[in-house]
Amino acid sequence: MTARVGVVTFPGTLDDRDSQRAVRIAGLEAVPLWHRDKDLHQVDAVVLPGGFSYGDYLRAGAISRFSPVMESIIEQAKAGMPVLGICNGFQILTETHLLPGAMLRNDHLHFVCRDQKLRVENTHTAWTANFAQGQEIHIPLKNIDGQFVADERTIDELEAEGRVVFRYLDVNPNGSLRDIAGITNATGNVVGLMPHPEHAVDPLVGTGGSDGLGFFTSILRKLVKA
Amino acid sequence: MARVVVDVMLKPEILDPQGQAVQRALPRLGFDGISDVRQGKRFELEVEGPVDDDALARIREMAETFLANTVIEDFVVKVES
Repeated sequence: MTARVGVVTFPGTLDDRDSQRAVRIAGLEAVPLWHRDKDLHQVDAVVLPGGFSYGDYLRAGAISRFSPVMESIIEQAKAGMPVLGICNGFQILTETHLLPGAMLRNDHLHFVCRDQKLRVENTHTAWTANFAQGQEIHIPLKNIDGQFVADERTIDELEAEGRVVFRYLDVNPNGSLRDIAGITNATGNVVGLMPHPEHAVDPLVGTGGSDGLGFFTSILRKLVKA
Repeated sequence: MARVVVDVMLKPEILDPQGQAVQRALPRLGFDGISDVRQGKRFELEVEGPVDDDALARIREMAETFLANTVIEDFVVKVES
């Protein structure tokens, strides 16, 4: 018996298939969820994948945040269900205020697509338990609205509580404050990041690494082997 | 029908790279003397019925929860006659 991980598809989502595949490679059951369906089909965790949901109209994630499926996800996330937001998923999570801060256009105004080095700074979340503290990983990054901002007090709070989960190394690709690539909520069940772990789960594809697999084996450990 | 306008602007302390890019392009196009540009969004709402205090309160709620992200943006609601 394995656990069920839902992967949401919004109109304009791009990475739902890769996310489902990553979930399966880790040994979990991937359950497709549809944005108009409030029913979460008894999933144990949810991945909000990358893309340009609702065309990123208004603001990235602003319209998806009010979709029927998100109502259920917000409710369950507050009750402790693990949620991982990748790229557009991270933007949606900041729009719901499950995660603090907001995402702006990259400071250099260009779309960026590169292999990005990150440092894992918090291994106590539902999605990072299988990494080592301070581990350096390489996963792809691709976005135009990736500049993480929040007021000084919020950032200080995140730092003090160890809620910065990932930091950009070598290059800050989008102007994010204090090189922040990903954060978590106070209880560690909700994690959002701009880079794409689901694109780095198979040594045969991409740059040959599988550093992204750790996200999905972490949630397997949390849900099944805890 | 009355029109209500909601202007949404990035907060002053938030860097606006798009506005900066516009500002930097101006001298090249022969438009001198502009020291800063901030770019925002304007929403024109056609309101059915009277624009009374209740209607304006609902529009402010709409702006606060949806049209603007108050983490990074401010908004102003104006009634156009």
